[in-house]
Amino acid sequence: MTAESKPGVGLFVTCLADLFRPTVAFAAARLLRAAGCTVTVPPAQSCCGQPAYNSGDARGARRIAKRVVEVFSPYDFTVAPSGSCAAIIREHYPALLGDDPGLREKSQRLARRTYELTTFLADVRNFTAVDAAFNCTATYHDSCAGLRECGIHRQPRRLLQQVRGLTLREMADSDVCCGFGGTFCVKYPDISARMAGDKAHAIAQSGADAVLGGDLGCLLNIAGRIKRGGGGARVFHVAEVLAGMKGAAIGEGEGEGGGAK
Amino acid sequence: MRAAAQNNFPRRVQVALGNETLQRALGRARAGFQDKRRRAVGQVAEFERMRRAAKEIKNHTLTHLDFYLEKFADAVRANGGQVHWARTAGEARDIVVGICGAGGKKIAKGKTMVAEEIELNPALEKAGHEVTETDLGEYIVQLAGEAPSHIIAPAVHKTRGEVLELFARHHGAKKRGGDTAAIVAEARQVLREKFTGADIGITGANFLIAETGASVLVTNEGNGDLCSCLPPVHIVTAAIEKVLPTLEDLALFLRLLGRSATGQEISNYTTLYAGAKREGDADGPREFHLVLLDNGRSAMLGGEFRDMLRCIRCGACLNHCPVYGSIGGHAYDAVYSGPMGAVLTPLSAGLRVARDLPNACTLNGRCREVCPVDIPLPDLLRKHRMREFEQKLGGARGRLALVLWAFFALRPRLYQAAAGALLYLLKKTAGRRGALRKFPLAGGWTQSRDLPVPEGKTFLRRWARGER
Ligand code: SF4
Repeated sequence: MTAESKPGVGLFVTCLADLFRPTVAFAAARLLRAAGCTVTVPPAQSCCGQPAYNSGDARGARRIAKRVVEVFSPYDFTVAPSGSCAAIIREHYPALLGDDPGLREKSQRLARRTYELTTFLADVRNFTAVDAAFNCTATYHDSCAGLRECGIHRQPRRLLQQVRGLTLREMADSDVCCGFGGTFCVKYPDISARMAGDKAHAIAQSGADAVLGGDLGCLLNIAGRIKRGGGGARVFHVAEVLAGMKGAAIGEGEGEGGGAK
Repeated sequence: MRAAAQNNFPRRVQVALGNETLQRALGRARAGFQDKRRRAVGQVAEFERMRRAAKEIKNHTLTHLDFYLEKFADAVRANGGQVHWARTAGEARDIVVGICGAGGKKIAKGKTMVAEEIELNPALEKAGHEVTETDLGEYIVQLAGEAPSHIIAPAVHKTRGEVLELFARHHGAKKRGGDTAAIVAEARQVLREKFTGADIGITGANFLIAETGASVLVTNEGNGDLCSCLPPVHIVTAAIEKVLPTLEDLALFLRLLGRSATGQEISNYTTLYAGAKREGDADGPREFHLVLLDNGRSAMLGGEFRDMLRCIRCGACLNHCPVYGSIGGHAYDAVYSGPMGAVLTPLSAGLRVARDLPNACTLNGRCREVCPVDIPLPDLLRKHRMREFEQKLGGARGRLALVLWAFFALRPRLYQAAAGALLYLLKKTAGRRGALRKFPLAGGWTQSRDLPVPEGKTFLRRWARGER
């Protein structure tokens, strides 16, 4: 990579953005281009293997990890609009594939070059050209894997400060789990509901009218809980806001002002 | 064994979540513990360095555990104490019951989780002894006929009102009401008689010092000291991983323990028991016994759960666990609860009966973040899940879902086709609504939250068609 040539980013879409909210991935691509990168979306991607890995299916996880390493190795960087998917690739693939002599080096190399979107923009690209407006008081939920395994905390906040009209207001316990936890939320729905309820309460208490985060799993959980009667805050992925691409909030129908059932 | 009831975990969770008194007690405790720890840790700039040093000392000691244990046992004997090795909980029980001798003794007990682990109290009572817990929290759960629900705050699940009621019932007092100070004063009065009249004192140990043979006990009430000095016989029950090489190491661990456990710079009472009373000593027990418990620990040394042996039982992982904070300790139905309990219980009770515990966790990692010896608790819980999957202990439906997911994930074309069909169905059901209250097979999700409706087609399909 020469000084003039643009770094090539392979966009790891994440299965949840692919299925539930393509806008998040379109927003990520737009931001990466604005940050001077060329963006490629390898079509042979699906999932990072997290459901298998965290449910104890090491073999399934290893097979998926192997595929991801092969598909994403050609790019200068791999970027995902999700802290937990980035964390799996960065922190867990090397151990998962460590016994495979053909993949050990490759997985370590991929791990070093994989980033969550806001950390890549803020830390690697020093991106300061956010061009977006959103009149709101927003609060930020720190998703667990992103916070504790990728060190994501100040990066999204720093980027959001550049959004015109947006005021950040911290909620209590922003770093406490929302109760999503992948398959946890359907395996132990009672505990999960309780944790999601606590999170919705903290959001409502903060007085913010929008809640933002970097992981769609958590955001679907939080939005679903708020819709079921946990306040009126609207939920968006941070990428949508930064790219100025926010349409209807998560869980809100087209043309719905929010809250309709 | 209590473990037999493990398969009722979901039921116990429901009970706990529906118990308003418990929820009040948990909410208050959680906030208190977390604030205090945050403040105490914030005061020391080198906390992370201390943590790393502690981890190294523990790892080193575990690598040479046989050496340090022998050294410790020699030192205890040189100090006039007797050392007993117990391979199992049953052996440990028999040893303690044997030391206590003929029935009818009055036994004053300080806090010891090892005694809970070996189910000592029932054995002593069966042998005809009268056992009184002297730690206030332990005393409260003893009166209530319950087990501790937290390793350092045994009665954390009780509100003040419940404690006052218990005391009124057991102490015969008529008065109701009173603040925490009144509770402590009342307990102190009752317990003082127990100390002075005790034949035998039993305590645990937070650390064992190989260099000097000292057993170290940390308390905030000083009750441990009264258990050890006043009765003529003192028995310490401790697990083998408690050993530390030197007194200098101890200084580091005391600083970490106090701050991590209760947010104190150091606990109120730290006592080093050196052994039996010698000629010229002002006080001390006539006999000093040390019961060293293995109970599966040496087997952990060579395995994938070795890191767990660093645990100093500070309780920080419980205090910061959102699952523990929601359901409390009794829902785990085991001696150890919270994240550390979810790692330990399947090892002692078997993964088959305790399989819910490692699964009932979001792997959010807060426990590891606060653990003073950096135990990778989420990784250890995940290891349990891997064993469970290998041994096919989980439900068939969950397994099928995983296998199907992996199958599709590895076949992007098929995956996209299946996803397209599913999204079409969801969209069709939802119409113009943005979220669904119900959807087939999504009951676990929709029971307590709406299901946000997907936008429509998958991103990959739209991108392939040139949309940007
Ligand atoms: S696992 Fe760590 S945080 Fe939990 S009790 Fe043990 S030492 Fe404390």
